[in-house]
Amino acid sequence: MRPPDPSEMPATGASNVRPRVRIQTPALAHEAAQAAANARPTDALRGSPRGEQDSALTVGREAIFDVQDLSVSYGSSQAISGVTLQIHRNLITAIIGPSGCGKTTFIRSLNRMNDSVPGFTIDGKILYHGHDIYDRGVDRVEVRRRIGMVFQRPNPFPKSIYDNVAWAPRNLKMKSGLDERVERALRGAALWDEVKDRLKDSALGLSGGQQQRLCIARAIAIQPDVLLLDEPASALDPIATAAIEELMQTLKNRYTIVIVTHNMQQAARVADRTAFFNLDASDGRRTGVLVEYGDTDVMFTRPADTRTSDYVTGRFG
Amino acid sequence: MNAPIGLTGTLPGDARSRVRSADRIGDGVLYGLCMLASLLAVVTLGAIAYKVIDGASASISQFGLGFLTHSAWRPNFGIFGAGTFLYGTAVTSFAALLLAVPLGISIGLYLSMMASRRVRGVIGPLVEMLAAIPSVILGFWGILVFGPFLQAHLEPFLHRTLGFLPIFGAPSSTGSGLFNASLILTIMVVPIIASLSRDLFLAVPQELQEGATALGATRWEVLRGVVLPSAASGVAAAAFLGLGRALGEAIAVTQVIGAGDFIHVSLFQTGDTLASRIADQYQGAATPQLVASLFYLGLILMVIGLIANIAAQWIARRFDVGRVAAR
Ligand SMILES: Nc1ncnc2c1ncn2[C@@H]1O[C@H](COP(=O)(O)OP(=O)(O)OP(=O)(O)O)[C@@H](O)[C@H]1O
Ligand SMILES: [Mg+2]
Repeated sequence: MRPPDPSEMPATGASNVRPRVRIQTPALAHEAAQAAANARPTDALRGSPRGEQDSALTVGREAIFDVQDLSVSYGSSQAISGVTLQIHRNLITAIIGPSGCGKTTFIRSLNRMNDSVPGFTIDGKILYHGHDIYDRGVDRVEVRRRIGMVFQRPNPFPKSIYDNVAWAPRNLKMKSGLDERVERALRGAALWDEVKDRLKDSALGLSGGQQQRLCIARAIAIQPDVLLLDEPASALDPIATAAIEELMQTLKNRYTIVIVTHNMQQAARVADRTAFFNLDASDGRRTGVLVEYGDTDVMFTRPADTRTSDYVTGRFG
Repeated sequence: MNAPIGLTGTLPGDARSRVRSADRIGDGVLYGLCMLASLLAVVTLGAIAYKVIDGASASISQFGLGFLTHSAWRPNFGIFGAGTFLYGTAVTSFAALLLAVPLGISIGLYLSMMASRRVRGVIGPLVEMLAAIPSVILGFWGILVFGPFLQAHLEPFLHRTLGFLPIFGAPSSTGSGLFNASLILTIMVVPIIASLSRDLFLAVPQELQEGATALGATRWEVLRGVVLPSAASGVAAAAFLGLGRALGEAIAVTQVIGAGDFIHVSLFQTGDTLASRIADQYQGAATPQLVASLFYLGLILMVIGLIANIAAQWIARRFDVGRVAAR
């Protein structure tokens, strides 16, 4: 389904293999690269873990994102390195891992929100529907229009509820049928019934959970393709969290969702696929790496990597 | 002994009480000093207000409120009216604000949102130093450099291109006049508005800007749609503070406004403001009537300045209260 992968054609010898390799520890990476080279013909044996294998969930599903050997640095410190994974249409993909392992860095790279961070540099490729979003000539504003984002702390504008949702459509000149659009977005975010009688009230008067759903409504009002959620429920109580989780299940029919979470149960509950990031300290510097990626039930019940099983069973991290 | 340490601690009895009483005296002295200082400010304000009203009383009882609208000022004939100076004050302050608000906001935006950290570190303090130039120096510069330039270039140009507007009449002969005064005031007000609005823009939460950016807004759309509205009332308050400064400025205005006695529509003509007329004539005031009338001008100026100040505070407070209440 997906278009030919440009990085596989011109790239250097090493990176021809590396994007496919799961284990990122340098020492192991070398072995794995050799193993991968030897094992070339049989996909199932390639490199480490299961992430690579097509699961029942991903087979025949379009990869919205194809991230290849992604490394991100802030100034001289590297936040993540060598991350390769695919994110599939209409699935919920969870990113889990200990604090500082680069989860936020990773998803902010997916819609170019990091561009304005001083010292931000990126290596590798992020293909979105086959196009590298960091290519020269790509309009990052358009990237963000299609790839919406909800942040850890609810950040509604100090405006009315209605104006919060209408802000982006107005800004993007999608003004016809604005009332319907606002209503649809609020219904989509399961907030309509709670706010329909006070659309003109300040959004800052809503509860934290309502504010977060308003931010989701605000994001879906411009009908993006992907929703990136960075710990959307970490500032919320269990009831508001449950509301958001339930909402995600309905949203995934229309959107592709990537959610960062610290909460293992949450990942197990909501996500179809889970990626486990970890801090790799082997060469003296602490860098975030992708340890394992696969279907959520596999990740939580029979992960291939001991670091994953340690983490998901709460033995550390 | 399991009473809390602070109450029956381990210090011997009298040492404890010595520490306590020293503390108490220190507290009391500090409290007294601070209160005295505050009181001093209030008393000074009262004393000044009293002196101004008292000094003006003769003029007030003679001319009444008609003083405000009467525009003739002829001390030798005992004719006094504040009209010309009210007009001059209004025109120069308004023109200064008209120029300084967009300029100041632009500088504030540049320094807070666009400039690199290094540029910011250089230009920011320089803009603030502009406010530190003594006004009498600015006035000198207005006479020696600005005036001739206006008279030779800018005024003829404006008259040629926009001469159909009565405010751009025939160029002046000296370069002194309402126009020059307005521009000098602009130079004084810009740093106030620029540095305040820079701080206001910097205070707009990063999260809001990111929220807008993530919705596919361009940089300019984020500025226009999020940053400017969030800071708007603060900037309005800053403008009123700037207005207060422009209204009260005497020395530099006296130097460049030309001390005119008549109301002219054209900005290129001479005029006078309340403050500059007082600065101009108080020293040589020969008659008690003139002195009283100058005090009357001062009283008007004080009231206007007070209103501008209250307006600034009211806007700033409403802004804050509005934000707190919305939480
Ligand atoms: N704007 C930034 N400038 C410099 N370094 C940064 C910046 N943002 C993140 N980092 C660094 O990058 C690394 C990864 O941070 P990131 O925020 O992506 O981690 P995270 O997995 O999201 O952590 P958490 O779970 O605590 O949110 C950290 O070492 C962090 O200090
Ligand atoms: Mg994070």
